Parts: sequence; C-alpha cells; structure tokens
Amino acid sequence: MAEDVLCPFCGCLCDDIKVEVEDDKIVGVKRACKLGSSKILGHERTKAPMVRKDGELVETTYEEAYDRAARILKEAKRPLLYGWCSTVCETHKKGILLAEEVGGVIDSTATVCHGPSIIGIEEKGLAGSTLGQIKNRADLIVFWGANPAEAHPRHTLRYSSNSSGMFTSEGRKGRKVIVVDVRETRTAKNADKFLLIRPGTDYEVISALRMIVAGKGDLVPEKVANVAKADLEEAAAMMKGAKFGAILFGLGMTHSRGRYKNVDNALSLVTDLNGFTKFVVMAMRGHYNVAGFGQVSAWETGFPMSVDFSRGAPYFNPGETAACDLLARREADAMLVVAADPVSNFPRKTVEGMADIPVIQIDPFPNPTTLLADVVIPSAVCGVEAEGTAYRMDGLSLRMKKVVDSPYPTDEEIIQNILDRVRRLGDDN
Amino acid sequence: MVILLKAIMISGRTLGQGATCEAKMSPQFFKATSFCTLSEGDYNSLGVSEGGNVLVRTKFGEVVVSAKMDAGLPAGVIFIPMGPWANAVVGPETGGCGTPQFKGVEAEVEETKMPVMDVRELFADLKTRGDAS
Repeated sequence: MAEDVLCPFCGCLCDDIKVEVEDDKIVGVKRACKLGSSKILGHERTKAPMVRKDGELVETTYEEAYDRAARILKEAKRPLLYGWCSTVCETHKKGILLAEEVGGVIDSTATVCHGPSIIGIEEKGLAGSTLGQIKNRADLIVFWGANPAEAHPRHTLRYSSNSSGMFTSEGRKGRKVIVVDVRETRTAKNADKFLLIRPGTDYEVISALRMIVAGKGDLVPEKVANVAKADLEEAAAMMKGAKFGAILFGLGMTHSRGRYKNVDNALSLVTDLNGFTKFVVMAMRGHYNVAGFGQVSAWETGFPMSVDFSRGAPYFNPGETAACDLLARREADAMLVVAADPVSNFPRKTVEGMADIPVIQIDPFPNPTTLLADVVIPSAVCGVEAEGTAYRMDGLSLRMKKVVDSPYPTDEEIIQNILDRVRRLGDDN
Repeated sequence: MVILLKAIMISGRTLGQGATCEAKMSPQFFKATSFCTLSEGDYNSLGVSEGGNVLVRTKFGEVVVSAKMDAGLPAGVIFIPMGPWANAVVGPETGGCGTPQFKGVEAEVEETKMPVMDVRELFADLKTRGDAS
C-alpha cells in the first residue's frame, strides 16, 4: 500500500490517496474521487511509438520517433508546442528550452481554460489565499460559474464549503454558500442562496453587486439578467456580513461572453468587499498541473502562457500568440502536443488547422489527437509512474510520487531527447 | 413539420466526462459526452422519442447527439459535456484573449433520425497528410 499519494487529475491535487500495489501493479485506490481513481487505476495505453506511413500509424522505435520529431520541429517556421497540463514542472522547463531552441510558440491548456483569469489577474491583481486559509477561516463561500460537485469532487469536503478547520469546526453548518450559475447544478443544490443568471450576463450581475455593495443600490434596476434585485441585495448583504469570504470561480466566467473582463470585474468586487471585511478569490484550476506551467513559464520567460520565441526574446500577446489563434489563422506549420488533447478540446474549426501540418503527440493514452498525429510517443503517467513537481490551484507546490515502475520514458526524458537532436541538427547546419 | 428550438448552448465538465477523459477512444467516453441535455419543457416540445437524437446547429457547424432531460436547466439553455461533440458547434474566435467562447453559443435544435457519429467518424475527413515529414 502506497500512502499519501498525490492525485494526478484535477487542480485540487489531493495528497491523501492510498494506492494498493501488488507485483508492481495497481489493484486498488482509496479516498480518491471517481475522476482520480479512474486515472490512477489506468486506461488503455499507446503501446509503442508510432509514425505515419501511407496514411497509417505504424509502430517504430523511440530513436526513430525522436529523430522524426526533432526534424519536424527544426524544419518548421512557426512550430507550436502545446499542452503541458498533465505533466510535471520538470517537463515544462525542458519544453520551454525546446520552444526557445526552435523559435516556436509555447502555450498551455490554460489558454482554453483559465487563460482569461490570468489576463484578468494581470489587469487587476488578486486578493488570493491558500486553500488552507479558506478551509480554516472562510464563513462564506461563493461558487461562481463553478461546479466542483462534478469537476473537483473533493474540493468542498477538503477545502471549502463542507470542510472543517481551525476556526470552522462546524463545517458546512457554520458556513454560508452562494452559487451563481446559468443552471441548477449539483453544486447549486448545496447552496443557501442560488442566483440563476442568463448565460453571458456575469459582467452585469457582478456590476450590480458592486453597486449594491458600494451603497448605490438605488441605481440598480429591479431585475438584472433575470435576477430580482432583492436576491442581489440579499447576496450582497451575505458578502458584506461575512467574516472571511471566498469567491471560487470556474469556467462559467472565463468561457462566457466577456471572458477576461468578467474575471476583471469579479476581482474588483473582491477589492470592494475588502473595504468592509476580509475577502479572497481563486480560480478553480482544472488539470492537476496547469497552474504549474504558468509558474514555470512566468519565471523562465516572464509570461504565463502563449509565449512566442520567434523574435529571439519572449513575446506574449494572447489573441495573437495563443494556440487557438495560431491554428485558426493557419499560421502554425507544425505542432507538438504534450499531455493534452487539443483535437477533443478545441473548437472543430480550430482543429482543422492541425489537419494539414505535422503533429507530434507525447501522451500515455490514445485520444482523438492521435488520429491527427504523424509521430506518437507514449510516455509514463506522471504522479503514478513518474515523480515531479506540481502546483495546486492555490499555487502551493507539491511533490508528485512515483507509485509503480513503467516501461515508458518520462515526458521529461522524451523532451530532452528531442531537444538534444534539435541541437545536433543545428550543429550540422 | 420539423419543430425548431432556438437555444443557448453551453458546454462543461461532468463526472462521467472526467472519469473517461483519459480513455477517449472508449465506448464509455462516447456515452459520457455525446449527448445534449435540455429542460423538461424543451425536451417535450421537440417530440424526441426516448433515447432519440437531436441535431444541434450553430453558425459554426452542426452535430448529432442523443437527447436527455435535465430538470436543472432553464428553458432555452442546452448543455453538452465538454468534448468533441460540443466543440463541433463552438466557434474559433477568441475575442483577443486566446480562449474560444465555449459557453453561450446561439443554437438551433431539432429532432433527427440521423445517428450519432463516433469519435473516429467525427475527424475522419481531417487527416490528409500521408507521411510524417
């Protein structure tokens, strides 16, 4: 039995998982949620490296796959190195070196997730906290456009609405919960106050709340985005009356009309509330180490994502240098995908930008990106078969454990092998 | 006469999507993500037979998914789990911030007898290259 294993699924990075191992095989998982245990128990794997020949993927050696990958990246004029959410920070560091070496653009899955949150935070600043502070102190939790009951199943019990801590010993009974969403989610069913808003109206609802918090509620109309003013006044009073409030927001805010401006406004609401009481705000980050890529990229390049090395120095302008923009404009002429699945998770019209360019995939599992890949390099599963550093959604760095051995190389080893070859190709020229 | 429902499409995570998202070529992932939920009123108004399919069309594309009822959805809002079926009808525009608008897409929904494509069929037309260069 391996104790205190970290879960390599979502941004909660639960660190109390028990994994039963027999003959170096995982046979059971305890304490993890449905999402985490499913990943740790394992799925069908890509068995061997593959390259596309006559339209079909055929098995090859790692050496051949590394050579092909290096040549594709070296020959490309506008290579895009994308993904990085389900791998460790040691891989990110090598990936950034590789992007610099080939003069490419490196971007993470944040770009289709909490990228707008990062932009909003850059604009306004963040009154942040750790999950521990929320667990120990928060008497009001606001889930805005977030549904942890399905996306972060242990969040409420370990860190937020239903957890018990130092000054919150009564758990759920001692806290108030507000949920703002466009549908009554499972999370909303756990709320004391649920505000059902129309899709795409987050900005105006936040603005109305800010007006009421600032004492200018008389200027707010009787209904805002289908929400009665009385409900908004009640929610604002709950916020102002809290001793320690926390807004935890999800993709409802970043994927809807307004995108980073919604986040910007929510951060302003939190700033306003700090004039009356203690309030913090946090993005409910999705994959277990998407936050880690932002950290590594920020300290290596100065920017958290969408970093373009084609000018020789790092350049950041999402909307221009983000993965979806490069593909939609048909600008990328080669793509390396590491620990992500853009073919599933990008809009179809964006995916069409991957169809005619060489695609290299590094991933433990086959997925729709494999269908469009020209070189497929299977890797060990980080946090199960490989160790390394990951960042929880609150920015806490934790060490992922290796639980069992793997016949596959780690992501870090694969990137290093490609980087070595790219550098050798450079020497030959 | 075909009944056409005008709705706002949102996509998002579900427990089923999360538990199968590292096994996307499996029938379990197909089952977990190739459907659309509608409010009770909207579902009934379309006249979908039990286990039947709907065609969801936006200005960016169209997709056939199976239809289910969700009492938590307000009228005029439909939900498709995050994945290739939802993304078939999401647009590429990022509003200058790099992120497409995955939620809040204007859509039309109608009952259909067409089958739901599997994940390979969804992308079958895209790979045109022969060899890795």
